[in-house]
This record gives sequence, C-alpha cells and structure tokens, in this order.
Amino acid sequence: MSETLRIGGHAGGFAATARTDRWWVGPLLTFAGLGAFVVYSTWAAFQGAYYYAAPYLSPFYSPLLFIDPSAPGAAPLEHAWIGAWPSWWPALLPASPAFLILIFPGAFRATCYYYRKAYYRSFFATPPGCAVGPIPQGRYKGETSLLIFQNLHRYALYFAILFIFILYLDAFKAFFKDGRLGVGVGTLVLLINPTLLGLYTFGCHSFRHLVGGGLDCFSCDRASAARHGLWKKVTALNERHMLWAWTSLFWVGFTDVYVRLVAMGVIRDLNTWG
Amino acid sequence: MPERTFRIWRGDAQGGRLVDYQVEVDPGMVVLDVIHRIQAHQATDLAVRWNCKAGKCGSCSTEINGHPRLACMTRMNLFGSDEVVTVQPLKAFPVIKDLVTDVSWNFEQNRRIPPFKPKPRDADGRYRMKQQDVDRVQEFRKCIECFLCQDVCHVLRDHGRKDAFVGPRFMIRLASLEMHPLDVADRIPAIRKDFGSGLCNITRCCTEVCPEHIGITDNGIIPLKERVVDRFYDPIAWLARKIFGTGKRA
Ligand code: SF4
Ligand code: SF4
Ligand code: FES
Ligand code: FES
Repeated sequence: MSETLRIGGHAGGFAATARTDRWWVGPLLTFAGLGAFVVYSTWAAFQGAYYYAAPYLSPFYSPLLFIDPSAPGAAPLEHAWIGAWPSWWPALLPASPAFLILIFPGAFRATCYYYRKAYYRSFFATPPGCAVGPIPQGRYKGETSLLIFQNLHRYALYFAILFIFILYLDAFKAFFKDGRLGVGVGTLVLLINPTLLGLYTFGCHSFRHLVGGGLDCFSCDRASAARHGLWKKVTALNERHMLWAWTSLFWVGFTDVYVRLVAMGVIRDLNTWG
Repeated sequence: MPERTFRIWRGDAQGGRLVDYQVEVDPGMVVLDVIHRIQAHQATDLAVRWNCKAGKCGSCSTEINGHPRLACMTRMNLFGSDEVVTVQPLKAFPVIKDLVTDVSWNFEQNRRIPPFKPKPRDADGRYRMKQQDVDRVQEFRKCIECFLCQDVCHVLRDHGRKDAFVGPRFMIRLASLEMHPLDVADRIPAIRKDFGSGLCNITRCCTEVCPEHIGITDNGIIPLKERVVDRFYDPIAWLARKIFGTGKRA
C-alpha cells in the first residue's frame, strides 16, 4: 500500500483509505463465494459424467443437446434434444454436454448489474470499497470501451428466461421414474432450482426496464397501466436482486452436487420409488 | 465529561496537515457540535461550512473516519469510546480552507443539463399528472445537494474524469427530467455522450453514502443506461425503429 498524503490529508494509491472499519470483509467474501462457484462449475462442466441419476438431471447439463451414453452417470440417449455425441467434436475439447450450454447462464450472470458491481469491486478493485483507492488506470473509461458489451445484457436475459422453462421441465420429469409418478428429495431440489432462478431472473434490471421502466407515463392508456402493474412486481423482486442472485447461484451449484453424488452412489436419494 | 481526540485537516490549497484536538464531548452530540466546540475554544480560525444542523441543507459534507458523511447527522455514539475521530474535507473537490471545499464544479454541471420542456397543455388549459407517474421522479427530488455521492464516486474522486462524467447527483437530475410524464425533451444522446453514463460502472458507492437514501444507481442510473441501450446498442430496438418509426417523443 503506497500512501502519499495530499491536500485534505487524503491518502493516495491503491487500497489507500482513511476508513477504519473492516471494509475489505465484503469484497473478500464476494471474491471467495464467486471464485468458489466459478472453480466448481468449471470442474463440473469438464467432467461430462455423473450428471444424471434417473430421473434427475443436473442443471449444468440442461438442455442436453448431445449425449455420449457411454460416459458413467450419463443420461440415456433418448434424453438428447439432438442426438448422439457428434464424431466431429474436436478431441481437444472435453466431450461434455455442459460446454454447449453453460455460456448462456454464464453470460447472463456475468453481465448482470448486480454481479458487475460484485466483481468490479472484489476482482478488479475498481474500486475495492467506497472511498478506498482503486487500481490506478491511465485513463479510466468505465463501461464505454472494452466493457461496452455489458450493454447487451438484455439478450442474455432472453435466453435466461428460456432456461427457466427448460429447468422447470426437468423438475416436472423428476416426478416420474420409469413412468411411475413419485417424488424424491432430488425432485424437490430440482423444483426449488428454477424457482430461485425465476426470482433472480424476473428481478433483472433490464427486465424491469423492458416491462415498464422505459415508459414516462404509467397512466396514459390501458397498456401502460398494465405495464405499470408488472413493473411494480418486478421492482419488488429487483429490490432483493442481490439476495436472489446469491441464493439461486448457491442452489444451482448445490443441485449439481446433489445429482452428482447420487449418480456416483455416494449418497442415496430418499424417494417414494424405493 | 469524556475527552476525545479529534484529528482535523487544517490548511488550504497550498498545503496543510492533520491537527489533533482534545475536546470534551457531551452525550447526544454530533460531529458538527464537536467541531463547533473546537472552533469556539481552541481554533477560532477553523473553517467549516454548515447551515441547518438538520441534515437538510447539504452544507456540512465532510469525510469522517474516511466515510463521506454529513457532520450534523453523524452522532458521536457511532464511534468507540477511545476512537480517534478524523475529519477531512471532501476529496473530490478543491480545498478552500480546512474543511471547506469549492463545489462550484457541480453548479456548472447543473447548468449544462437541458431544462424541463413541458408538452402542450390539455384542452382546458391544465397540466395533469397522476401520482403513479411522478413517484419515481419524487424520489430524486429528495436530493439535498450535499454532493457526498459526487465525492465518493471513484470516477470523479480517484480517476479525475470530471471531463467525461457529470456524476451521480446529476445522473439522477437527468433521470428526474427524462422520466417526467410532462417533459418532452430528449436527453438520451447527451446522457450517453456529454454526461457520460457509460463511465459509471454501477459499483453503487453513491447509493451507499446518500443521506436521503435515494436509489441513485438502481432507480436512476441503471434505468438511464437501459434507455441508452434502447437507443444505441440494441440491434432489435434499432430495427424496430426503422420499421415502425421512432415511437419516441419529439
Ligand atoms: S455507481 Fe456509478 S455514479 Fe455511483 S459511485 Fe459508482 S461509478 Fe459513481
Ligand atoms: S443524491 Fe444523495 S448524496 Fe447525492 S447530492 Fe443528493 S442527497 Fe447528496
Ligand atoms: S440485472 Fe441482474 S440479472 Fe439482469
Ligand atoms: S448543516 Fe445542513 S445538512 Fe448538515
């Protein structure tokens, strides 16, 4: 920490501050939490195995476009949206269905207005805390140059909404094992997952703008009055956006862990199928 | 009466230093009271700006133990009993003397903003607005212009980009005009280019320090950024405008 005192007695330089509280606890926890999730999800996506324990499918692997049924803990071929794992797939890349789809939820979270704050502070230190010296930059440009792609967050949102339906479909399928209706702990885990994702996704700032935030007059006609109603509901979720961001992130990881452990035979799923 | 150590920056644009004062603090005092006691008994030439002592005029903004705060709203029981209380002028603005800074840059920014431009009156000669249409705007009008948000914003405070960004206080003033149901001026291109909405990286320090608890980032800046996206970055919105006309106010 280089500290040079200037007019006003303010310290200059990276992480310099006159704050006496433990301002670094927040960014450190964020760093640890997001870091752990990125490491685990990357590892899990590389596996290409143990992502299916009938009738449960890990959300990291849904939708299953192609399936290599020979992998341990893989889903049966009839679950594939397209078919068998393509022979042309480059050998250098892992033959994992997760690779084809994780880009969508990944892009959604990465461009989210909440996560941007979280990682700009905790990973990029711009700034690490309020009234704490940021990493010095020649000419700060914010989100105008290299980060201009953040403006396309709403396109990631469109896919994220699609994924909620896909994951609810997985949860619905998790009620049927070999054609028999039933319920297991895994069913509940798979049902909670898209619910939390929905609470996160439908509180999105871009969604809030699109449903009604872009209007200046909420009372001018019937359509804008309806959009105002929707906007108020989205706003209620939006005020808790950080909470839903973290709970849904945790739960999607936990769901993968759960399915993986059942598929590996490490734990037994309590259910009505016996 | 317990004695406390206050460390106050004394000096002007040429230089200065942090000076320690031992001062007696009574129960219920706020930081501004203590500064006034020091001014009355130990440092009669100490410069501090204040007016209302009620958190409503926005004059007494300083940095207290590193936090941008209103000195009149910072109670002494916030601090540990033997904690040194450091009081400094705002970092983002030039020091005039001691705790007083020159915030006139802010007034210049305010003058750059295209003013309210009302649409024509209704046939009976009146203007009508419904409460639900002005709720959002009213939140921004709570601003007391303390400029604590401007001070904490790293774009202005640390990166010195006053040339490119008007800062959070004026982003919400722009938002209050843009979202106004009667206003017909179009400030979106200027919000992007002249006022620098893209410089804000939504790290929300402005929101954290605002004594009026205005949702500066979530309710003001992000909605403006989304309106800028509509106009400049969203290819489908662009296409829709080409096909169906602007659909935007004049
Ligand atoms: S959210 Fe934006 S305007 Fe507010 S302090 Fe951060 S960078 Fe500045
Ligand atoms: S928005 Fe809040 S912090 Fe900024 S000047 Fe207004 S009252 Fe002060
Ligand atoms: S702002 Fe967080 S998901 Fe869109
Ligand atoms: S003296 Fe008016 S806000 Fe503090």
